[in-house]
Amino acid sequence: MNKHTKFGFYIFFIPVFLWLFLLIVLPHIELLFMSLKYENDMGEMVWSLQNYKEFFSEEIYWLTFLRVALYAILVTFLTFVVTFPIAFYITKVVSPKYKGFLIILLLMPFWVSELVRVYGWMILLRESGVINYFLVSLHILDKPIEMLYNDVSMIMGLVYTSMLFMVVPLISSLDGMDDSYIEAAHDLGASKFIIFFKIVIPYTAPGIVSGSIVVFMLTLGNYLTPNLMGGKNSLWFTEQIYNQFIASFNWNQGAAFGFLLLLLSSLIIWIGLKLTKQNLAKALS
Amino acid sequence: MNHSLEIKELKKSFQDFKAVDGVDFYVEEGKFFSILGPSGCGKTTLLRMIAGFLEPTSGSIKIRGDEMIGISPNKRPVNLVFQNLALFPMMDVGENIAFGLKRQNCSKSEIEEKVKNILEKVHLGGYERKNVSDLSGGQKQRVAIARSLVLEPSILLLDEPLGALDLKLREQMKIELKKLQHEFGTTFIYITHDQSEALVMSDKVAVMNNGKFEQIDTPENLYANPKTSFVASFVGETNIFEARLNEDRKSVLTKEGMNFKVFLVDEKIQTFCKLFIRPEAVVLLVDDGMEDMNYFDLTIKTILFDGSNTKVLANVDKSDHEIMVSLPQNRRFAHIKEGEVVRAGVHVSDCKCYE
Repeated sequence: MNKHTKFGFYIFFIPVFLWLFLLIVLPHIELLFMSLKYENDMGEMVWSLQNYKEFFSEEIYWLTFLRVALYAILVTFLTFVVTFPIAFYITKVVSPKYKGFLIILLLMPFWVSELVRVYGWMILLRESGVINYFLVSLHILDKPIEMLYNDVSMIMGLVYTSMLFMVVPLISSLDGMDDSYIEAAHDLGASKFIIFFKIVIPYTAPGIVSGSIVVFMLTLGNYLTPNLMGGKNSLWFTEQIYNQFIASFNWNQGAAFGFLLLLLSSLIIWIGLKLTKQNLAKALS
Repeated sequence: MNHSLEIKELKKSFQDFKAVDGVDFYVEEGKFFSILGPSGCGKTTLLRMIAGFLEPTSGSIKIRGDEMIGISPNKRPVNLVFQNLALFPMMDVGENIAFGLKRQNCSKSEIEEKVKNILEKVHLGGYERKNVSDLSGGQKQRVAIARSLVLEPSILLLDEPLGALDLKLREQMKIELKKLQHEFGTTFIYITHDQSEALVMSDKVAVMNNGKFEQIDTPENLYANPKTSFVASFVGETNIFEARLNEDRKSVLTKEGMNFKVFLVDEKIQTFCKLFIRPEAVVLLVDDGMEDMNYFDLTIKTILFDGSNTKVLANVDKSDHEIMVSLPQNRRFAHIKEGEVVRAGVHVSDCKCYE
């Protein structure tokens, strides 16, 4: 490498490095140390794995995590089921003339913040909300019912929030699929069902995987939607972390939970990739 | 005679546009049949109707006597080799070929056996576990053909599969395809815009233009006795003169003012017509005096050397009308130089007149 390219390299490398190191790596190291410290009976901070042990010994913590992980998997699956037909319709069925317009239509709700969108849903769903008003005035319901603050509405909200992150990779991988693959399979004797499972799904697998990883992580780490739309029983693991930091002021415990969230979610993704025989590098490329 | 495919009065319109406008033909069992035409002539539409991807507006398609209208592509005994081959990239060679067999619920051992046999037949023995993306263009071609032929279809349809190959490979694959067709004995229907592909490989060629067949014939006949001016100009190289028919209806006067004794292909010609002369029909350095020959002077302009396919560009008589003449490579004409004037002749039967 000559002097010139070296100089150019540093110009681009240093800001990125500083950003990553100072704002991400360094605080994480600090958190890691914090999570490994525990206040003993004498009131002294000592190195200990007690914070991590707490997660496994205290039922409420790991049960919350388990429940949240299962819900995140469910949300990921539902998001896929909801968005795949949309992506297929936009890329393969509708005339290319309207494709851009439809994609814009899909993106539009995401131009406003998640908070505003969640409040939008709340206006629709709450007891004195729009949907209840219509159902009552059409005499379908006698009196309004509370549609918010339960797991179903929360999951619906999470699916809605995640849709964009699934539909974009799906559209791009379906776009790359030549229609002749579908025709060739049809010509070789495959039914529509077989074409979908043996040709379309395997071909779009990298897109499905990358979309699923993003949706899973975002759902697992979501705080706003479960907090606002979920009921008393839909405690999210992020709320546990929040409680440790803000409510109990136990930063050491909160830091340990943060790391556990990171490790366990990575583990789940790793298992998912192994089970579906997919490759992370291929999915994200 | 056993007909593999019989098509009657087949029509397909897209709104006002008639893509296929009344096509009638049949293909005999085990023949190599080509449909040759310029792009946009409707040949792909015709092929897609035979494969079942398009419903015809009207008409009938019979395969081995069975009516095919209304039957979906996965239930027809025809297979299509796509222009871009459409080999499934997420499967290896063996899985690609086994795809159709699995749909027929063959047993595992039977599938393995058939895949192995067909790969050997297309000279790719032992390639089962290779990745499709690791194959060369010609190998992909053969896998695509094997994938279709392993299902033992009544008819194999080929949609310009050689289009994406480079010239040298294309020449090889032409011969290879012809050989494969012979070995398997399957009826091939091949569509192309490349006349040399059609002529080299086919038993019969249909020339298509504007949704209609202009002529269905053997390659030899198509070249030697084209029935319409479109066929004459589309198949093979040719020189065209604008002309008017003389009173005797046996000769024409060209725009350049030359008199040619001609053979009238189209009896309906009134006055104006087109005269077609093939480059190899012109004989150089001939002696005058034969009864049924046309004679003229040629001023050699350029010699286009191309090995056995060498041609000269020359002006006819004193005009600036340029014609192409084949130059046999037997060294007899080696002394001909640019700018020279030579005597040339054409037999009457090689001067064909069309509307």
